Amino acid sequence: MTDAPEKKKLPGSLSVDARIDSWLSIDAGETVTLKTGKTEFGQGIKTAIAQIGADELDISLARVRVQEADSALTVDEKLTVGSESVQQSGVAMRYAAAQARQILLQKAADHLGLAIEDLTVEDGLVSSRSTNRQVSYWQLMAGQAFNAEVTGDVAPRSPESRRLAGQNVPRLDIPAKLTGGRAFIQDMALPGLLHGRVLHPPAYKTELLKFDATAIAKLPGVVKVVQDGRFLGVIAEREDQAVRAWEVMRDATAWRELPSLPNEDNLADWLVSQETHDWLIDGGTPVDGPIPDIVEPAGASKTLEAIYTRPYLMHAPIGPSCAVAQWDGDKLTVWEQSQGVFPLQAALSCAFAIPAENIHCIHAEGAGVYGHSGSDDAAMDAAMLARALPGRPVRLQWMREDEHRWEPYGSAMVIGLQASVGAGTKLLDWNCDIWTNVHAGRPRAKMDSAGFVAAWHREKSLPPHKPADNQGKHGGGHRGATPLYDLPAMRIVKHLVKPHPLRVSSLRALGTFGNVFAQESFLDEMAHAAGQDPVAFRLAHLKDARARAVIEKAAAMAGWDPAKWGKGYGQGLAFHRYKNNKCFVAVVVEAEVDEAKGSIVIPRAWIACDAGEVINPDGAANQLEGGFLQAMSWTLKEAVRFDATRITSLDWESYPILTFKDAPEIEVGFVARPNDPPLGVGEGTAGPTPGAIGNAVFNAIGVRLRELPLTPERVRKMIVAERRG
Amino acid sequence: MSAARTVTLQVNGQARSVTVDPETPLLYALRNDLGLVAAKYGCGVEQCGACAVLVDGEKAFSCTLTVEQAAGKAIVTLEGLGTPDAPHPLQKAFEAEQAVQCGYCTSGIIVAAKALLDANPDPDLPAIRLALQDHLCRCGTHSRVFRAIRRAAQEMKTRELRA
Ligand code: FES
Ligand code: FES
Repeated sequence: MTDAPEKKKLPGSLSVDARIDSWLSIDAGETVTLKTGKTEFGQGIKTAIAQIGADELDISLARVRVQEADSALTVDEKLTVGSESVQQSGVAMRYAAAQARQILLQKAADHLGLAIEDLTVEDGLVSSRSTNRQVSYWQLMAGQAFNAEVTGDVAPRSPESRRLAGQNVPRLDIPAKLTGGRAFIQDMALPGLLHGRVLHPPAYKTELLKFDATAIAKLPGVVKVVQDGRFLGVIAEREDQAVRAWEVMRDATAWRELPSLPNEDNLADWLVSQETHDWLIDGGTPVDGPIPDIVEPAGASKTLEAIYTRPYLMHAPIGPSCAVAQWDGDKLTVWEQSQGVFPLQAALSCAFAIPAENIHCIHAEGAGVYGHSGSDDAAMDAAMLARALPGRPVRLQWMREDEHRWEPYGSAMVIGLQASVGAGTKLLDWNCDIWTNVHAGRPRAKMDSAGFVAAWHREKSLPPHKPADNQGKHGGGHRGATPLYDLPAMRIVKHLVKPHPLRVSSLRALGTFGNVFAQESFLDEMAHAAGQDPVAFRLAHLKDARARAVIEKAAAMAGWDPAKWGKGYGQGLAFHRYKNNKCFVAVVVEAEVDEAKGSIVIPRAWIACDAGEVINPDGAANQLEGGFLQAMSWTLKEAVRFDATRITSLDWESYPILTFKDAPEIEVGFVARPNDPPLGVGEGTAGPTPGAIGNAVFNAIGVRLRELPLTPERVRKMIVAERRG
Repeated sequence: MSAARTVTLQVNGQARSVTVDPETPLLYALRNDLGLVAAKYGCGVEQCGACAVLVDGEKAFSCTLTVEQAAGKAIVTLEGLGTPDAPHPLQKAFEAEQAVQCGYCTSGIIVAAKALLDANPDPDLPAIRLALQDHLCRCGTHSRVFRAIRRAAQEMKTRELRA
């Protein structure tokens, strides 16, 4: 939507919808509903919205109800991604609530016949300073709408006068999760609820040879068997009956599987030998055109080259994806756990060829999703099943192997680096070549429904949509590839690998994890070559004061001390500013490395972060810690395994992740910047974590590990190879 | 597979009847028949801990334990530990440490921690790590969980001293 020319650009998501009523309502029952188009998945957005709105409105948190994304009730805030929620939704709420308060004060002044300057507000009760007259928000509004737009002229509170924003407010969603409340979509109970399971094909390329729907229909409790091409599903009275029927289907259905996957042992070679589309990354943005050769800088005294790799990685939520769907005529209601109700609504509208307004998508919390996991597919699967029994709600949950096999993975990457130092200790240049598949693939508006797995398997099947990466500034596979360091010459090239053998899409932080692993490891390699301390070397290449501050803080928190390194003990530091415009994060880990075993133990970790204004410091720390532990898991444990036809990582044994035995104790510190705009933190640690680990290992044993994951067997091999030179 | 029959379960100190195929995993009887939804389906094969409950005081995975096997035993779920108004020290400690992100794994972890503290009221970090070895958390709440369990142990000790 474009603003009328005379209007100024409004902050955050107000540029989408500036009507106050779209953001909040003063309800009967002396409560206030704050509305956000963003989705909660345990990251705390509902609590942050409540803190911001309650602050501006001068009400207590107890009066606040937060309505999260619902295609019928909230503003279209697109996807909940990219650590943008507070900047978009939170800031919109701040201005909307400030303006609402101003309107309420004016109404109170008119009602009481007093000047606005004479009024104060406490918990929604407006009182006169000079008289004992009072009126509450609820008396003033009596269920009415504001019918007004945010102009942006009413200034929100100053940072010093905020009571809730900036405080460690306990998350609103936690009590139910600690006591068995129905907190999750998996827990939803509706009258007449039926239970569904979908039997997905065992491989990407298959033909269905034998499926006996009649036999399945006779199993206990089965209400309906659904088949549409290779889309096979079952609906039963009880959930355990649906699971049982699914197991029988799995064992009795015959498929022909066709090989389509590369050799997992030579993945890096495979990636770099495919046909690619190449772009030069200029200032973070891909530019089509001729790719310049690497030019050796004049005066180079040392030049290093190195190749880093990351494998395909899973989101792997602990709770498999779930959705509840119900059809009434040509109207569809879906309770779902995706990252965006509106994009999903648009994609379902394509899939079923019905107008978007016939589809009501209601977000409900599932297990953590960390990007585009199986959530959207589960919504589509549930809708496919429920279509066979109009009027009945059907709850569909993926089985563990559905999630492991069919979720869209984070893409494998190869990152080649080359740089030189001169006679001094400064870097003269920086060359980076990235080979990657796309980091995008959600079903969404204006594409088609081919982002859904079910769309590939239906009778009228669609081919997986043409892979297209997010080519925006610091997007997709080049996210994180442009160092924030002051470098005299940079040549960064993205080689988008054309064949897409595995299903891939957006995984938390996109290319950042691989790119910053390579970048921050290689920076240490260069520091080592230049005979410099890694912290000093970074600071020598960084003018940005905020970047310097977090590096210095992390080093201080950890007691950075190169004298302690060696004999299997090391500290490692890495830094990144997410998307080059979000939070600044420096991570230090200590590593204990047993060369004979190939084992890497991380007993402690320190995270220093500057995220501008932090609405809920403890909530932000939780996000940073979680991002660290997930990235640590990717670094040490994870790789999607496959053979020529099938994904073979189908459970937690064949796809191990971090356990409690592996988890370090973590300390988080913030550089306080309450007057600076809030910068998201959800993806802040994904970049620096792997580099910090690799650097700590190098500082412990003098061996550089460049191929993820750092499992003991692989580490042993890499040590032998490195030592051999 | 066998025909449905009525089985009486002892859940959170109460006798509760369910009419199901006795080979049904306890998990589904708890969640869908008894409305006790804290235990969750995560893997179905004892690899993640999301479905953990206590059976005669020991931690058990309700995704593989059948209703038949659970009959006659004392079953305790997260709901049996405490309520929002009267939380168990573990629930209070998880709240105090905000040791939750999505929370899907949390019920199983608290149940495991209850079994741990019942056997070892003052566990050190290695003991906590060991007790949670068969639990997974994808969001990365591990270090908060360590703190929460230590806090609960502390609180329970203080309570005992006061009593
Ligand atoms: S669901 Fe029982 S252990 Fe995973
Ligand atoms: S809090 Fe999400 S899996 Fe543990």
